Amino acid sequence: MTKRPSVIVIGSGHNGMVCSNYLAMAGYQVDVMEAKESLGGAAGVFEFAKDFRAPGLVNAAYGLNRKIYKDLKLSPQSEKAPKKIDCVALDVKGEHLILTSDGVSGHKISETDIGAYKKFKKEFTSYAKALDPLMTDRPPRLKNMDRKDKKTLARLGWNLRFGLGTDSMREFLRVGGINIYDVLNEYFDSRHLKAALAVDAVMGQHMGPRTPNTVLTYIHRVWAQTHATSELSTGKDILQALYNSADSAGVRFRPNSRVRRVLVEQGRATGVLLESGEEVSASIVVSNADVKTTFLELVGAQNLDAMFCHRIDNIRCEGNVTKIFFAVRALPQFRNLDQKNLRHRLLIAPNQRYVEHAFNHSKYGECSENPVLEITVPSLADPTLAPSGFHVVSVSATYTPRAPKQGWDNLRTVFLGNVLSTIEQYAPGFSENVEASKLLTPADIGVNYNNVGGHWHHGELSLDQSFMMRPVFGASQYDTPIEGLFLCGAGTHPGGGITGVPGHNAANRILEFGGRV
Amino acid sequence: MMRSSSIKAGPDHVDFKEVLAPTPFQDRVDSYSLTQDWASWNGYKTAKTYDTLASEYFAIRSTCGVMDLTPMEKYRVGGPDALHFLNRLVTRDISGLQPNRVTYVVWCNDEGKVLDDGTIFSLGGGEYRLCSQHHQLDWLLISSLGFDVTIEEETHSIAALAVQGPTSYSVLSAAGIQELNGLKPFGMINARVNGIECMVSRTGFTGDLGYEIWIDPSNASAIWDAIFALKEQGLFDIRPTGLGALEMVRIEAGFILPGDDFNTAETAIRADHDRSPYELGLGWLVNLQKCYFTGKRALFAEFARPIRRKLVRLSIEGNKPPKDAFLYDRKGGGRIGTIKSCVWSPILKTNVSMADIEYDKGAPPKQIWAEIYYQKELEWRATWAQCRLSIKPFWVHQRSSATPPQKY
Repeated sequence: MTKRPSVIVIGSGHNGMVCSNYLAMAGYQVDVMEAKESLGGAAGVFEFAKDFRAPGLVNAAYGLNRKIYKDLKLSPQSEKAPKKIDCVALDVKGEHLILTSDGVSGHKISETDIGAYKKFKKEFTSYAKALDPLMTDRPPRLKNMDRKDKKTLARLGWNLRFGLGTDSMREFLRVGGINIYDVLNEYFDSRHLKAALAVDAVMGQHMGPRTPNTVLTYIHRVWAQTHATSELSTGKDILQALYNSADSAGVRFRPNSRVRRVLVEQGRATGVLLESGEEVSASIVVSNADVKTTFLELVGAQNLDAMFCHRIDNIRCEGNVTKIFFAVRALPQFRNLDQKNLRHRLLIAPNQRYVEHAFNHSKYGECSENPVLEITVPSLADPTLAPSGFHVVSVSATYTPRAPKQGWDNLRTVFLGNVLSTIEQYAPGFSENVEASKLLTPADIGVNYNNVGGHWHHGELSLDQSFMMRPVFGASQYDTPIEGLFLCGAGTHPGGGITGVPGHNAANRILEFGGRV
Repeated sequence: MMRSSSIKAGPDHVDFKEVLAPTPFQDRVDSYSLTQDWASWNGYKTAKTYDTLASEYFAIRSTCGVMDLTPMEKYRVGGPDALHFLNRLVTRDISGLQPNRVTYVVWCNDEGKVLDDGTIFSLGGGEYRLCSQHHQLDWLLISSLGFDVTIEEETHSIAALAVQGPTSYSVLSAAGIQELNGLKPFGMINARVNGIECMVSRTGFTGDLGYEIWIDPSNASAIWDAIFALKEQGLFDIRPTGLGALEMVRIEAGFILPGDDFNTAETAIRADHDRSPYELGLGWLVNLQKCYFTGKRALFAEFARPIRRKLVRLSIEGNKPPKDAFLYDRKGGGRIGTIKSCVWSPILKTNVSMADIEYDKGAPPKQIWAEIYYQKELEWRATWAQCRLSIKPFWVHQRSSATPPQKY
C-alpha cells in the first residue's frame, strides 16, 4: 500500500472542514490543527455566561452551498425549517415589514413596492446566477491564462451576455460598481424596505449605503442565498454535518494545537511547528487562517517577496460589527410582532439615512450612537443553548471600529447602553429581563478567533479585494508563492458567509496540483 | 511637500531662490569652478566640470582627482535584524560580510527586476550603511515589514569626498592618514586628518586606485582644505573633478549606471523594459543558494531559461562617436539593440560603450554593427562600425588592487 499524501489544515472553521472533506474523499490523509479547544471557528458554539451558550458569531446563515451539500453527501441535522422568511424589518410603531426571498408584506406597504420588490429580487437573483461560474471556481488570471481560466471567463461572458440578456446585462453593468442607496431609491418608496435591503448590503463591511461597491456586496449576499441548500441552514447544523462527514472520511481533528509557524524549506512548505514545540510534517499545508496571519506570522516575511508582503499588509480587514449575546428570562416582546416571527432575523434600521449616519461614526473612529442591529433568538431553534424557560438573544451591532479613538475600555459599557436603549424602543421592557450579556467587539473577535482585524469576511468585500484580486494579486488562485501552501479561508475568493465555497474551490485547486490518489 | 524634500535637503538651507541644494563642500566647490557648469544630482548642486573635461579626466587616470559625492543616497541600517533584513533585500549573500568591509550589491523587485545597485558598508556593532544611486527609502521601508530594524536616511548628514587616482594613496598618506598601507580594496578604516575624525574606505567609481572619505558635514571644508593644502605646497597635482569626468572613467571601468544604462524596475512602465541582474551581466551577484531574498523565485525561474538579452560592454572601431546608435547583426541587417552610454576613451584610444543587445538562444550575436550618425561641418552623415564584445572592463590597472599601493 502506498502512503497517502498528508495534508495539514490550519483552522477547523467551516471552510477548513469543507476543504478537509474534499481532500479526504480524494484519498489524502488530513489533519486539522485547531488552536482553540472547540472546533468550528467563528461558527463554533461556546458558553458566554453560566449555562448559556452562544451559537458562535453566526446570526443567520443562508446555508451551505448546495453543490457542496450534494458533493459531500451531507445529511440534514434537524427538521426542515418552514418556508424561509428572509427578515423582519422592525418598526418602532409596530408597522413591521416581512421580507421573503420573493415577496414583501406588512403594514402600509404599497402595491407598487410589492411589485418592485419582486422585480428587484428577480433581477438581482439573475445577476447572482450569472456570476456563479466565477464564484465556484478559482478566479481566472488575466495574464498567462491557462485553459481553465479561459473557460471560466468564457462562461462568465456567455452568462452575462446571453444568460442575462441585453437589458439585464446593461443594467448589471450600470449598477455593478455603484452604491445600493441610489439603486434602492430608484426601485422603492418605502423607507423601511429600502433600509432593510441596505443593511444586507453593508453589514459586516466598512461601508455605508452610499459607499460605492455596496451593490456588489449585496449581489454577493444574494448569490450565497440563491445557491444555499435549505437542508442545512444554521451554523451548528452545518458544522455538525461537516464534522460527521469528515470524521467518517478519516480526517483527524486536533484541538488545542495552535500553529506557531508554517515550516518552509527551499521555498516549499514542509509542515507546521505547533505552539507546543511539536513539528508535524506534511506534503501539503492548507491555511484557513486569515491571510495576514498566514503570511506575515505563520510563513513570515523572510520567506516572501517584499512587495507581496506589502500587499498583504495593506489588505483592508477592519471589522465593524460587535457581537452581543443576551441571556434573558423571557422572550423579547417587540411591539405588535407575532411571537412566531422571533425565529427570523429582525432588523433595526428605520431608513437608509439612519444606516448612513450610523456609519459616519465609524469613519471617525467612534461607535454609532444609534446602531444598526440584527437580532435573532437562536435558543428558539436550538433549546439546548439556554436552560429551560430562558433564552439567548444574539445581536450583531454595527458600526463599531476595531480600534476606536478613545479605546474600548470605557466604550464597551457605553455601546452596550446604546444597543439596549435602541432595542428598548422597539421591545419595551427588554433590559429588565437580561440576566447576563457578553459583548464581543471587533477587537475581541480578532483575538478570540485569531482573525487579524476581526472582519466577518477576513477582509472587505470590495471590488479591489475581490475575484482575481482576493486576497491579493499573486495568491488569488488558492496556491501561494510558497509551494505546497494553499489558502482556503474567507479571505480568499469568493469571501465570507457560511457558504463553504472558498474551502471547496481551494480543495479543487489542490487536487489540480496534486492529482487524485 | 514631498517634492520639495530634496530641495530642503541641504543643511541650513534657507534660500528659496536657489533651486538646487548646496552640499557641505559648496564654498570650496564654488571657488574652484571656472566654468560654473552645474548639474542636479539628487537635488544637489553638483559640478559637471570645474575646468576642462580633459584635465579632470587625466587627473583621475594620471594623478589625483577629488570629487564631492555627498549627494549619493546613504542609509543607516541598524537593529537586531539588520543583517537579515539586508540579506533579504539584496541578491548577494552578505551574511559573511565582516566589520569594516564593503560589498557591491543589487536588489530586485518581486519579479526579479533590478531596482538599483549600491554598496553596503559594515560599520561594526551590527550597523550598516547602504549607498545607492537612486532614492530607496520607500523600498527599504516596504522591505522592512516583519524585520526588527531601524532605517535612517543619512544622505544629508554624512558628507563624502572621493579621492581617486594613482597618487591618491600618497596624497592621503601625506595628509596624515598612516594606516592606509594595509587597507585592501573594499576595506575601510577610521582615521584622523588634522584631528578631524573620518572614515576612509578603499572604494570608488573610477576603476582606479582610490578612496572615499566619510565625515560629519561640519568638517567638510576642513578636510577639503587639508587635501588641497598639499597641492598648494606643490607636492601633488590634485584637481577637483566633476560628473563629466566621472562618466568617462566609470564607462572605461565597466560600471553600470542604473537609470542611464537600463530602466530601473521602479521607473519602467512597459513590459520588458525592466532588467534582471542576469540581463545586466550581474549574474555573479545573484546567489540562488542563500536564504530567501526578494525576487529569488523569479530569478530561479529565469536562471533556468536561456538569456534573451544582455547589457554588454562594446568597443567600437573608428573614431566616430556612436552616441545613441542602433546596433545590427550585420551591416544593414536586423536590429538587435542600442548603445546606452558611450565615451571616447583617451587612454585606450577607442570608443567604449554599454549596449543593450538581444541574445539568440542564450548566445550573443556573432557580429555586431553600429550605424553611426555624425556631423561634419553641420552636415549629417552615416557610417557603419563594427563592435567587439568586451568580457572584462575596458580599462583595468593592477594598481587598483595592489596593497600597499605604489608611493609617489
